[in-house]
Amino acid sequence: MEVFKVLLLAAAAALAATAAPAQETLTIGFTASQTGALNNDSTAQMRGIELWRDEVNAKGGIKVGGTTYTVNLVTYDDESQGTRVQQLYARLITQDKAQFLISPYSSGLVATAAIISEQYGKVMVTTGGALEKTYQLGNKNLFQIYSGASQYLAGALQALREKNPNPRIAFVYEDDPFSKGVAAAVRELAKSMGLTLALDESYAGSTTDFTPIINKIISSNADVLLGGGHYADGATLARQLYEQKAGLKWVTLLVAPDSPKFAQLGDAAIGISVPSQWEPQVTFKPDFGPSPAQFTKAFIDKYKIEPGYHAAGGYAAGLILQRAIELAGSVEPDKVADALNKMDVTTFFGHTKFSTDPKQHGLQIGHQMVLAQWQKRNGQLVKEVVWPTDAKTADILY
Amino acid sequence: MIGIVASVIDGVLIGSVYGLAAMGLTLIWGVMKVINLAHGAIVVLGMFILYLMASALGLPAYGAIPVTIAIGFVFGVALYWIAVHRMIGRPELMSLLATFSVNMVLIGLGTAWWSTSPYNVPVSIPGVTWGRYTFTGTHIMAAILAAVIAGLLYLLLYRTRVGKAIRAVANNREAAELAGIPTTQVLSFAFGLGVALAGVSGTLIATLFPFTVLSGEAYQLKGFVVTVLGGLGNPAGALLGGIALGLIEGLATPFMPVSWIPIVEFGLFVFCLIAFPRGIFAFSKA
Repeated sequence: MEVFKVLLLAAAAALAATAAPAQETLTIGFTASQTGALNNDSTAQMRGIELWRDEVNAKGGIKVGGTTYTVNLVTYDDESQGTRVQQLYARLITQDKAQFLISPYSSGLVATAAIISEQYGKVMVTTGGALEKTYQLGNKNLFQIYSGASQYLAGALQALREKNPNPRIAFVYEDDPFSKGVAAAVRELAKSMGLTLALDESYAGSTTDFTPIINKIISSNADVLLGGGHYADGATLARQLYEQKAGLKWVTLLVAPDSPKFAQLGDAAIGISVPSQWEPQVTFKPDFGPSPAQFTKAFIDKYKIEPGYHAAGGYAAGLILQRAIELAGSVEPDKVADALNKMDVTTFFGHTKFSTDPKQHGLQIGHQMVLAQWQKRNGQLVKEVVWPTDAKTADILY
Repeated sequence: MIGIVASVIDGVLIGSVYGLAAMGLTLIWGVMKVINLAHGAIVVLGMFILYLMASALGLPAYGAIPVTIAIGFVFGVALYWIAVHRMIGRPELMSLLATFSVNMVLIGLGTAWWSTSPYNVPVSIPGVTWGRYTFTGTHIMAAILAAVIAGLLYLLLYRTRVGKAIRAVANNREAAELAGIPTTQVLSFAFGLGVALAGVSGTLIATLFPFTVLSGEAYQLKGFVVTVLGGLGNPAGALLGGIALGLIEGLATPFMPVSWIPIVEFGLFVFCLIAFPRGIFAFSKA
């Protein structure tokens, strides 16, 4: 009788094993700046990644052959500091056994994390890291979701040129790696367009009083301001420009105005434009995953706030990694890296294609940026897409 | 030329707020030889009192000033008894470490409650426009209030019994004790006063700029420069030192990249320590 019971149990177990696909866990590691100067944008990016995880797991996980992988995110607070990023990415790989990595936020931290991920041969999809230099160092397993830093102000300069062929441009930017990367590209581009910069200066990211800089902008007789850096400094600069009535006709700031929190500045936000990797109004037709509208709705439902491009970039990083794993039919890093190398797709975030040129491997070459501007509509502050013209939802305020 | 003058005026306006912030730091040093490394965190406390009162409760922004002074004073007295009292008379490193620990605790608690996201309290006061330059109403108001509060501190120190007791303890604690002054209470009162000054300077700064839980560090560093310029332990010198620092910032900015200003400031800091260890304004020492 006992033998019969055992045989019966064994048969039941075998039946269950053939009926249901094997369920395993896929560990993906990343750090987020839950504290420190990069907190605002990094939190948005983390929320995007977590929303992707929730949606994937709600659908049963990532299906690879006969196995379904439930996504397990392991994350730590990097305190917006490079030294923490270095320690924590090593920990994610060696102790938490993360199979894949997503980058931290900001070009400086991505560059730091990339040293560790490459050292251990881990595939890392980077988001929130636009600086091109990181991808020009011979790295083999880095894949960039964002358009490069040199693209940030290219659209703004072209749009500006149409409004004013001879603008007097003040260029004032944060002295961090990303903004300096943008600055180098702007100088080149302005030169090639025959434009001169009336003021070209950097400031420390910890700057809280922009009064001296604004006085210099006024003294330079500039009518256009390009620059900024990240959220905290950009929001402060915008507020003080308004309070000091700087009299500029055009202001484009990096990063900060993309955050929905920027609307807290009230009238100081009006007319400020921002180069954006993505806006909720875009109309890309995705090959897979949610549409821009579906992503926006899901994000608002979960977090009660409209997503900016940092949040969208976080989701896109997860989505692209998921697609690569599905296409590779494996969670082997080499096979997934191959799939990423061959990837040429459109998602809600736009076109994604990675460079396979060994000189800039993993650099994003498919994605296009837009220029968004805060405007007032029916008494409400809204962010409109104003460039390129075929994607615009409103005319530029100038 | 107008640009340089405008820059200098702006420098003096903000410098008076730096001066007020440094007065708290220097008062505590002068009376009890404690360098309060929790100063920056207390400046932030003042910022968040303004935020809670103005944005969350909808009360007038400048109404937060007496509230900050009251809360700051009580908090300072409590802090004295918890963290500082037993360190008085011990090697200076002990009180330095004690107040640094308090700083870490306060920043940790602040981060847990408010995260490190920027907060913004919009305060609208008409400014003064001169040519293309505008001096914002909030800057002018902050400078006036800083001067008024500094004046009130002067009256307290020089026209009241408690002020006389504070000066006596600062001068010679043992002699003050022999004269019947309850020096421990005086020390806790002075610490409370110093913390209240730091808090109220934070409130004024928050009417000018957005801030985060971590903003205090920059003002603490400026506070050190100002106290060294004005003479350690000299509240009147601190106000003058603050104005001097603002003036230097304003004068230097038109002629060099702004990212060089901290180098000028801290170069000056080292120069003063070497050339004028008692401060440039030592002549006005109480």
